[in-house]
Order: sequence, then structure tokens, then C-alpha cells
Amino acid sequence: MITALKEFLTRPAAIIGTFMLGIVLVAAIFGPSLAPFDPYARIRVDPSDLFAPPDNVHLLGRDDAGKDIWSQLIYGARVSLVVGFAASLVSMGIGTTVGLVAGYYGGRVGNLLMRLVDFLMVVPDLPLMLVIIAVWGRGLFNIILVIGLLGWTYTARLVRSQTLSIKERQYILRARSIGASNQRIILRHILPQVLPLIVAQSVLDISASILAESSLSFLGLGDPNLISWGSMLNFAMDRGAVSRQAWWFLLPPGFAILWVTLSLILIGNSLEETVNPRTRSHHLFDARRMVSLILPVPQPAQPPSSAPQPIQDIK
Amino acid sequence: MIRFDYLLKKVLFAIITLSIVVVFNFFLFRILPGDPVKLLFRNPRLTKQVQETIRVQFGLDKPVWINSERLQAGDLAGIFDSQFGAYISNLVQGNLGVSFAQRNSVNKILSERVGRTVLLVFTGEFFAILIGMAVGMVAAWRRGTWADAAALLIGLTTWALPTFFLGIILLVLARGFLPTSGMVEPGLAKEGTLTYWLDVGRHLILPTITLAVGSASAYMLIMRSSVAEVLAEDYILTAKAKGLTTVQILRDHALKNAMLPMITIIALNLSYVVGGAIQVETVFSWPGIGRLVFDSVAKQDYPVLQGAFLLLAVSVILANLITDILYSVLDPRIKAS
Repeated sequence: MITALKEFLTRPAAIIGTFMLGIVLVAAIFGPSLAPFDPYARIRVDPSDLFAPPDNVHLLGRDDAGKDIWSQLIYGARVSLVVGFAASLVSMGIGTTVGLVAGYYGGRVGNLLMRLVDFLMVVPDLPLMLVIIAVWGRGLFNIILVIGLLGWTYTARLVRSQTLSIKERQYILRARSIGASNQRIILRHILPQVLPLIVAQSVLDISASILAESSLSFLGLGDPNLISWGSMLNFAMDRGAVSRQAWWFLLPPGFAILWVTLSLILIGNSLEETVNPRTRSHHLFDARRMVSLILPVPQPAQPPSSAPQPIQDIK
Repeated sequence: MIRFDYLLKKVLFAIITLSIVVVFNFFLFRILPGDPVKLLFRNPRLTKQVQETIRVQFGLDKPVWINSERLQAGDLAGIFDSQFGAYISNLVQGNLGVSFAQRNSVNKILSERVGRTVLLVFTGEFFAILIGMAVGMVAAWRRGTWADAAALLIGLTTWALPTFFLGIILLVLARGFLPTSGMVEPGLAKEGTLTYWLDVGRHLILPTITLAVGSASAYMLIMRSSVAEVLAEDYILTAKAKGLTTVQILRDHALKNAMLPMITIIALNLSYVVGGAIQVETVFSWPGIGRLVFDSVAKQDYPVLQGAFLLLAVSVILANLITDILYSVLDPRIKAS
């Protein structure tokens, strides 16, 4: 554990990523005391305040309602991180459970679960989230739930492929021969082996969840009572910041999203390289938010299933 | 000969997936808060007469799922004399209902716009695949050099970049040089003329770049890894020993073998591309399905939203099925039975 952490910290990408994420974390935790203005407060505005460009008091200028953009940016960090962490916690829980069950027990239940994974991978995510949120309502809880419930497929496939290879090992057979129950084998012998990879995957999941939340908010489906980076951009586009050339309203929220997702991708990839030496040479092999490569290399004897198999299984 | 059981399995999976989407679509829009049926079909813009027609057409006076009265009467054929049955039979006939916001059928609204989205997605994906594969191959070939590092850095950054934000950046940068909104200058030329299509092409530039960059980074990263893996194979060494040039090796040996994983990833990426198209169309007011989804959300136009979602989901599912079939044609290992 300590050695893994040490190795993790020798990677430049990991150090940069951690530093970048640290800044956002500070903003999210101490937001109200760091921000010079309270963006939720009602203020008196002068017509000249609207879309006012940056000055000494308002570092990033003001928006269409005369509110300080720098303060909104700091407050927005909280929403992004809360949604990111909470949603990926949901998908981590579901993905791990499904992956362990499908991998360890296999059989009909396992097959059915993996078909469910295939199904979710084929159905387009964003339109699905859009219709569900449009019908359910735009609360923060709904947004977290929808992102979490739709985002567990890669975790499930990763955990399943790892479980499949681990359960064939000698020590699992020995544990079983001395009478260990299935539950004990899964929780004591398999889960600890897979856990580091799950953590790495979850870090990537957080970045995907944050991206999903900003896309929803940008499309006008964010929580109406909260300021998030996506909803800031939604307002900016809606209120004509483009025709007013108000770059201070358009660019900062987007760069904030890029900043936090990039930091998480750097951390996630470095973590994954640290804990999974086998994928070291091809850690970037994947489509969005996949930790280890999911590529089909069909065996001559059998046609590939629609779910391409992870590389570790094939080697 | 393509293996028959392989194809059968794929088609069966596509059919099951489609059925689940159809049932889900029915179910989702009937758990609306308030009285869903009223909300769905009592459109104040329509006359009483039209409302009555819709009510009968969609069987709204009948039970939701199964008509248990007729089941108890022993009339098995009447089980689906219900809202669900009416929904399915309307769907089969291609009737998706009537819009709230516009005095038009959902079919008509969708069919007007679907071509524009197809145009955008196809041009975007074409460039994404071209650029992604070219850059990925060069990066793999020059692995460890500055070219590789630059490709990786740019790839990772555009990967982390939200599609809609990339669109906004381009919008701010290109204002004044290129059209940033809509599909064609209104009143410029008659539809179908050369001037018209040239103007469409000009309007297409920014949305295409936005859509292409997002996908290209994913394709680049995958192409880079799979070519790098192929280049480590023994047969590449053999090819080199035979005296083939680098171009020949890359084109005839590396590209062909790296193609198969690319096809899978392109198919998997489709669901992401559809999401990207919604964002791009929203930013650039491109009048396709994506912009329609955005507008319908704002106007709570549920029938249109339902129809648009169904259309998008069906397209992605069918495209995946086609890729699976294509894959089995291209990969000789599946062909041999």
C-alpha cells in the first residue's frame, strides 16, 4: 500500500493531477470563505454592472445579472465535485457487485447481468439521461442517481474479468477446500485483489460523471437552485454573452470543467498504471472511462461476444 | 459464409434491446408527475375534436398495460386492448403522436430534421476517423518521440474537454469569419441550388470540427495503442527482413490488423457521438434532432422528446448491429465455421 503510494507519487502525471485536483477541493470545501461575494445573495445592480468586464474588485467580471463570476466559479466547484463523487460511488457499488456476481457465479445469472451491461452500453447515455431528468425533475438527487445508475458498465466488466482470472488461482481452491463459504471467498480473497483497480476506475468515473453533469446543466437540466459550471455556460449562451463578446463569462466555467476532468484523468491513469502492471504498456487503449483495455481479439475457435473481452483474459 | 448462429445471436440481441427501449419509452412517459395521461394528450392548442381523436387513437380510455376484463372473459386476443397495445400498434404504423409546441405530428417534425443530423454526424465522424487513425498511427510508429508526446498531450486534453465547451471556444474565435448559427442563410438561395449547398457547407464547418475533435481523440488513443501492439509482433520483423519499406509495413500490415479493434470502438463510441451531436447542435443552433431535443426539454414537449429519444436509440442500436455484421465479414476467423 505504502510502496504503491510512493510509486504513484513518482509519476509526474500523478503529481500534476493531484495538485490540480487539490486546488478544486480547496475551492469546494472552503468556497464560502474564499469567494469575495455570495452569488446566491440578492444584490442591487446598476445597468453598468451587467456584463461588466473584469476589474480589480471583480476579477473575472460580472454576468448578465451583475453577479461576480469568480465567486460563482468557486461555488460551482462544490456542485461538480459532489455530483462527481456521489454518482461514481453509486456506480462503483453497482458495478462491483454485478462484476463480482457475474464473474464468480457465472452461469445464467452472470450471463443475464452481462447482457444488461451490453444493453446499457448500446443505448445512448446522454439522450437517456435527458429524457429521464426531463420527466423526473431537475433536482440534484435525481441527477446524481441517473448518472450513477447509468455509469457502472465499465466497472462491472473490469471487475468481472478480474474475478474470472482470480477465481482460478490456487489459493481460492485451497480456501474452498478448507470450507470457506462463497461469500467469504468473494469478500476476503477476491475483493481485496480487485479493489485497487476499482479505485482507479472510480477516479475516471468521477471525471465522466462531472462531464455528464455539466452537459446536463448546459442543456438546461441542472438543478435550478444551484450554481454549477454547466449552468453558468447555459446562462451565458442563453443571455447573449457571445454577441456581447463577454469572454469572461464564457471561458472560465469551461476551463474549470476541463481543469477538474483532466486532473482526474491524470490521477486515474497513473493509479491504474501503478496498481496494474500488466496493463502498463497499454493503459490508454480504451474508450471513454475504461481503465483497462477492452479490445476484442477473437479466438480462432469462437466468435467474439458482442462485449469485447479485456486483454488480460486473452493473454 | 458468415456463421449463421453468430448472426442470429446478434440480431436477437438487437431485437431484445429494441423491445426494452420501446417498453421503457412507454413506461417512462407515463410516470410523469401529475396526471401523465392528461399531460401527454390534453394539448390546449388542439381543438376538442382532435383531442378526442387522439384519445381514441392512443386508447387512453383503456387500462395501461393489460386489459384484465377481457382476459377474464376468456378473450385472449383482447388482452392487449390497452394503452400499451395502442402504443405498440401506433408505433408499428409509424405514428408517434402530436407535438405540444407545434401544430404538427411528431413524425413530420422528426423526418424534417433527421437528414440534417445525419449529415452532421457523418461528416464529423468521417473526419474524426480519418484524423484519429492517421495521428494514432504516426504516434505509435514514432513512439517515445516528441511527436508521440505531443499527440498524447493534445489527445488527452481534447478527451477531457466537454464537447459543448469546445463549440463555445470555436464560436468565440470564429465569429465574423464563419457562420456560427443555423444551417443556411435565410433567403439566400432556393433549396437544391449550388449556392444553397455551398452555404450549408460553410455553416457545417464549425459544428463538424467540434464533433470531430471530440471523437478523434478517442480514436487516436486507441489507434496508437493497437498499432503499437501490432508493431511489436514477429510478422512485422519478418516484413522488415523481406525489405519492405516503412510505408508498406504500416499500410499493408499494421493498418489492416489495427482496423478490427477500431471498428469495435467506432461502434461503441456511437452512443457518445449522439450525445455530442445534441451539444453541438445546441451550441450552433443546427436545426437537427439534437437541437430539437434541447428545445423540447425547454418547452416540455414530451411527445417530441419521446419520439426523438426512440429515433436516436434505434439508430444507435441498428448501427451497432451493422458493425457486428461488418466485423464478421472482415474477420476471417469468424467466417470459418
